[in-house]
Amino acid sequence: MATAQPVIGVLALQGDVREHLLTLAECDVLARPVRRPEELAEVDGIVIPGGESTTMSRLLEVFELLDPLRQRLAEGLPAYGSCAGMIMLASKVLDGRPDQHPLGAVDMTVRRNAFGRQVDSFEADLDFTGVGQLHAVFIRAPWVESAGAGVEVLATVPESASAGDAAGRIVAVRQGSVLATAFHPELTGDGRVHRLFTEMVRRA
Amino acid sequence: MTSSETPRAEADQVTGTARVKRGMAEMLKGGVIMDVVTPDQAKIAEDAGAVAVMALERVPADIRVQGGVARMSDPDMIEGIIGAVSIPVMAKARIGHFVEAQVLQSLGVDYIDESEVLTPADEDNHIDKWPYTVPFVCGATNLGEALRRIAEGAAMIRSKGEAGTGNVVEATRHMRQIRADIRRLTVLDEAELFAAAKELRAPYELVKEVAQAGKLPVVLFTAGGIATPADAAMMMQLGAEGVFVGSGIFKSGEPAKRAEAIVKATTFHDDPDVIAKVSRNLGEAIVGINVSELPETQRLATRGW
Repeated sequence: MATAQPVIGVLALQGDVREHLLTLAECDVLARPVRRPEELAEVDGIVIPGGESTTMSRLLEVFELLDPLRQRLAEGLPAYGSCAGMIMLASKVLDGRPDQHPLGAVDMTVRRNAFGRQVDSFEADLDFTGVGQLHAVFIRAPWVESAGAGVEVLATVPESASAGDAAGRIVAVRQGSVLATAFHPELTGDGRVHRLFTEMVRRA
Repeated sequence: MTSSETPRAEADQVTGTARVKRGMAEMLKGGVIMDVVTPDQAKIAEDAGAVAVMALERVPADIRVQGGVARMSDPDMIEGIIGAVSIPVMAKARIGHFVEAQVLQSLGVDYIDESEVLTPADEDNHIDKWPYTVPFVCGATNLGEALRRIAEGAAMIRSKGEAGTGNVVEATRHMRQIRADIRRLTVLDEAELFAAAKELRAPYELVKEVAQAGKLPVVLFTAGGIATPADAAMMMQLGAEGVFVGSGIFKSGEPAKRAEAIVKATTFHDDPDVIAKVSRNLGEAIVGINVSELPETQRLATRGW
């Protein structure tokens, strides 16, 4: 155990970096913030946190992290994105900004702010394949509009009186060693999604 | 989606919870929220990498000059800004003006700032913020004030600073005070916490929570007089989790450039090389006011309690 602790980076340009670092710290990995290309080069997996995807996308570019990150993802670097992180890992973004840079790590089209504005942000229980039932927090969250054949759907919005048209929408996916959720497991103190990711890193 | 709806069964979606409100502020951390008065300014702010904009009719520097009663902005103007950008939009309500807050919630703003920059509407009571689905941010000058606002339902706290002055001295004072008050709590024993709660004029349960966690239960931003990238970075090093910039951007010579520089300096607040690089050739900063020369009646930070 002491020898093979993987290093997991959390992209620390903006967002709830601290909550991801704290959750990862419970998963028997070395978790550290990543803001520079040389820090990115040292990680065995990367987490893209919740935050503003437009801000993060812009900062990735100006701080010359965009190309190195694309490169490492193309080489198979395991990645997990929550909310804004899911948007960034997508191959296509709807309702985003024209200068947003999708990283294309998951073959999916994601709709930004799909559930509405902050007054529509919500909590709900859902079934997460491989994890079980969990309590999910959605904040100005995206959903997956469509996913490619190679993408495994791990969770959808459950049917309920309040879900309305959103019922059945895809909110968690996996493609190879890349995981993405529209919600924020890092806010609930439930480390199961992060453990799933760190296991993916160990096996990669 | 109104606050009067009854709690639903477990499987249902629940809106407006403390976790959802406080969580929204967590997503803004490490970011810069900029005051804007037109859709065009909002676009400039979004282009520069702002995590949110604060829609208002006049920036604090103009409110100072023009005087009179400062109120919630025209709903048309707020809607124009909501329509112009994809990032969250905040707007200000007067202290205690719960109907302005109801109106802002109905417009769909993402956060309400119950702000001392506007003229207070109630000199005894702040807004009871719990029943709202929309979250609130409130200003504070010390820990007691921050905890009283959190007790009323604030989901985010910012330093008050002295808005519209372009002078960071009061924000420094408030950030240092809040952080020092928190540090002091962490070394008290159980019995002493009761006395501390009395001294802070804050609920014991919140005082205990802060003593145990060593931080506020909500996100802490800074505001009030931030004018340069170095100002923003200093506030971050003093423990702010993000930055509000009011008059400092659009009252400067080159707003787009300065806005982007402050965003970069906030992310790399602990790297002087980056701050040096982004601080070059930003044009004129806001002229600014020496706060010590401001008469007591013109100080905004003393509004609220």
